[in-house]
Amino acid sequence: MALLQIAEPGQAAAPHEHKLAAGIDLGTTNSLVASVRSGTPETLPNEKGEHILPSVVAYTESGVLVGSEALANAHEDALNTISSVKRLMGRGVEDLRLLGDELPYDFAQTDSRVPRIRTRAGDVSPVEVSAEILRVLGKRAESALGGELTGVVVTVPAYFDDAQRQATKDAATLAGLRVFRLLNEPTAAAIAYGLDKGADGIHAIYDLGGGTFDISILRLNRGVFEVMSTGGDSALGGDDFDRAIAEWVMQQAGIERPDSTVQATLMRAARRAKETLTTQQVAGIELANPAWKGTLDLDTFNGLVDSLVRKTVSACRRALRDAGIKADEVEDVVMVGGSTRVPRVRERVGEFFGREPLVDIDPDRVVAIGAAIQADILAGNKPDEEMLLLDVNPLSLGIETMGGLVEKIIPRNTTIPVARAQEFTTFKDGQTAMAVHVVQGERELVDDCRSLARFELRGIPPMVAGAARIRVTYRIDADGLLEVEAEEQTQGVRASIEVKPSYGLSDNEIADMLRASVEHARDDMEARKLREQQVEGERVIEALVAALEADGEELLNPEERSRIDAELASFRNLVAGTDANAIEQGIKTLEKACDFYVERRMNSNIRKAMAGHSVNEFEQEAE
Amino acid sequence: MHIANFDMLDLSKNFFELFGLPVSYTIDDTALRERYRELQRTVHPDRYANASQQEQRLAMQGSTFINEAFETLKDPLKRAQYMLRLLGVDVDSDNETTKDTAFLMEQLELREALSEIRYQADPLGAIADLLDTVTGKFNRVISDMTTDFENPSADRLDAIRERVRKMQFLGKLHREAESLEAELEEELL
Repeated sequence: MALLQIAEPGQAAAPHEHKLAAGIDLGTTNSLVASVRSGTPETLPNEKGEHILPSVVAYTESGVLVGSEALANAHEDALNTISSVKRLMGRGVEDLRLLGDELPYDFAQTDSRVPRIRTRAGDVSPVEVSAEILRVLGKRAESALGGELTGVVVTVPAYFDDAQRQATKDAATLAGLRVFRLLNEPTAAAIAYGLDKGADGIHAIYDLGGGTFDISILRLNRGVFEVMSTGGDSALGGDDFDRAIAEWVMQQAGIERPDSTVQATLMRAARRAKETLTTQQVAGIELANPAWKGTLDLDTFNGLVDSLVRKTVSACRRALRDAGIKADEVEDVVMVGGSTRVPRVRERVGEFFGREPLVDIDPDRVVAIGAAIQADILAGNKPDEEMLLLDVNPLSLGIETMGGLVEKIIPRNTTIPVARAQEFTTFKDGQTAMAVHVVQGERELVDDCRSLARFELRGIPPMVAGAARIRVTYRIDADGLLEVEAEEQTQGVRASIEVKPSYGLSDNEIADMLRASVEHARDDMEARKLREQQVEGERVIEALVAALEADGEELLNPEERSRIDAELASFRNLVAGTDANAIEQGIKTLEKACDFYVERRMNSNIRKAMAGHSVNEFEQEAE
Repeated sequence: MHIANFDMLDLSKNFFELFGLPVSYTIDDTALRERYRELQRTVHPDRYANASQQEQRLAMQGSTFINEAFETLKDPLKRAQYMLRLLGVDVDSDNETTKDTAFLMEQLELREALSEIRYQADPLGAIADLLDTVTGKFNRVISDMTTDFENPSADRLDAIRERVRKMQFLGKLHREAESLEAELEEELL
C-alpha cells in the first residue's frame, strides 16, 4: 500500500531505491524491450547483441523457440511456426473467416469462441503464443538489468478494442509480468521524441507497423498529453504490402494455389523486395521453388500499394475531423513503424499534412523507448515528473436496444477513465429478466458492430411494462478496459460483468495456465509466494511509515493515530514470520484500517492542488 | 480537523466547486482546462500505478469524477442542464419537445435542405454554409441563456428549459450535417 507517493511541489521526495521497470513493444512482426538506465532510455539486446525479437514462436520437437530461431524454423515447419499472432489477439473464431485464407495454420475445431492453433505441442491460443514472446522479453530485461522487474508498460495500437487490450494484458499476466499500464503505441512514440518536453502544440503520430495502422492526434498542454482523437485500421500494415507484392509475383510467375511452404517463401521474397525499394529504384526477385526470376520497379510497387496508402490517409482525415482541427494546425508528424520507410508512404503523408514528417529515431524502436520512459515514471522513479497522459477510448461503446439498434453509452474519443449510466425499462408486463448486450463500434445496427459481451439481469420484481428502472453503467479504466453493471433501481437487484468476454481468458483460466507452466517447479512455488508477499508487505510498511511522517500529525487525531500504529505493529510481526497467507490477509486488514486515512490524503492532495485558486464560497465550504 | 469533512471526491459535490469556479453559465474556459489538468495530475491512476489496489480504486473513481465534471462544464448544453439540476429543475428533456412552432418550421426547412444537399453543384460548400448557419443559431441561444441564468426567476427557468430543447435540436442537426460532410468527403476521394 504505497500511500500516495506524491511529493508536494518544492518538497523533496523521500529517497527511493530505483525500481526496475521496462517498456515492451509487442509488435505484429517484431517485438522489443527497453528500459531507462542511468537516465537514458535504450532498447535491450539479447546475449547475441540483437535488439529486435521477431514475433515468431515455433513449437518444435525439442521445445518452444522464440524469435529468429523460430523464424529459421518457419521454412521447414510452417504449420508449427506462428507469426503475426497479434492479428489474432482478442479475435473470435468467427473473425477468422476474415483473415483465415491468409493464415497458414491449422485451427482446431472447438466449441470455444477463442481460436486455438493446432501445433505439435497441442492446441494453443493467441494469448499463450504472445505470452511466450513476452516471457522472453521479460527475462531479457531482468538479466540485463540484474534484478526482478517491478512492472512493465506494454504498448498496444490505439485502435485496439477492449477484447484485444484484455487479451494483451492476459498474455503479460501469463508471462508472469505485472502490467503498470497498457500504453497506446503512438503516445509512446510521442514521448520518445520528447514532444512532452517541447512547446505546447498539436502533433500527429502516423504509425504503420507490420500488421496495424494507427493515426493519433495528440495535444500537449503544459506537460499533459491529451489524445484528441485516434483512428486507423487494426488489420492494415506492412504485411499487406508484402502480400500485394507476393500476389503480383504469383501473377507474373503463374503460381495458382501455393501451399503453405510456397506461401512463406513468397512472403519472404516480397518483404526483401519491399526493403530494397526503400533505397533503390528496382528490386530483383528470385524464387528457387517454383523457379522464377524477375524485377519489380518502384513505380509498379507504388501502384501496388497506392490503395493501401490512400486508406491510411483517409483515416488521417477522419482523425483530424474528430479532433476538430485542420491539417495545417498540426505542428509535427511523427513517423512510427518499419513500413514508414516506404518512400511512397512518406511522400503521401508529407503531402497531406503539408510538412516533412519526423523520421530521426529508428521507427522500429521508437515505441519501445517511449514505453520505457513511461514505465520508469510509473514505477515511481521520477517523483517530480510532471508528464501525465490522458487517453481516450478509441471506439464507441453501446448497448443493444429494441429492434437490433445500438444506443451509444460512451462515445468514442471520450477521455478515460470514465463512467456513464443510462436508464432502461422493461417492455412487457411482469418481465423479470433483461438481456444486456454490450457492443463496440460506430454503426447504428448491432449486426454491424462488434459484440463484446452479453449478460442477464435476473430477479427484476414483476411490474407493468415501463415501470422498472434499470440503470446500466459502463466503466472504462485507465487501460481502456470495460466493466458493465446493471441494477434495478427500486429493488437493488444487480448483475455485472467484467468484459473479458469470449476472446480473453477468465482469471481462473490464467491461474490454471500459470500453475501448469510452473508445475515442474512446484517446490519453488511456496517459497516464491512467501517472498512475494514479504516484498509486498515491506512495500506497504515503507509507504505507510513515509505517509505518517509526512502528514500523520496533520490528518489524524491521537486516537486514530494510535489505532493505525497498533495495526502497523501487528502487521510488522506478520511480515517477519513465514506464513504467506497470513501476510496476504494482513495487508487486507491493514488496508481496511487505513481506508479513511488514504481517502483523507487523496482529498488533502486535491485541496493542495487547488489551493490559491479557490473562490470565496469554496473556502467557506471547506471550513 | 476540518479536512475529515472536506470530501472532494464526494460524488454529490458541485462540479463548479470542484474546479474552484463560481457557479455561473459563463465559464472561464482557460481556467477550467488548467484546473482540470491540475486535478488530473493529482488523482489520475497513473500516479498510483505502484500503489495498493485500494488507492488505485480511489484514484480511478476520483479521475472518473473529474472527467465527468469537466465534460459537463465545458459543453454549453450539458452545462445548462447541469445548472438546471442544481436549481432543482428536473430535466427529462428526452421526453419534452419545444412548442415554438416558428422554430420547428425552421428546423424542418433546415433538415430538408440537408437531405437535398447531396444533389447540389457544390455539396461540400453548401454543407459548410449550413453548418455556419446552425452554429450561428446555436451561439445565439447560448448568449440568451447566459442572460437568463444571471437572474434565474421562475419565468427565466422556463425560458432556459425551452432553450435547452432548442439546443438539442440544433446540436443533433449539426452532428448529422457533419457526418454527411464526412461521408461526402470520403466519396469524393
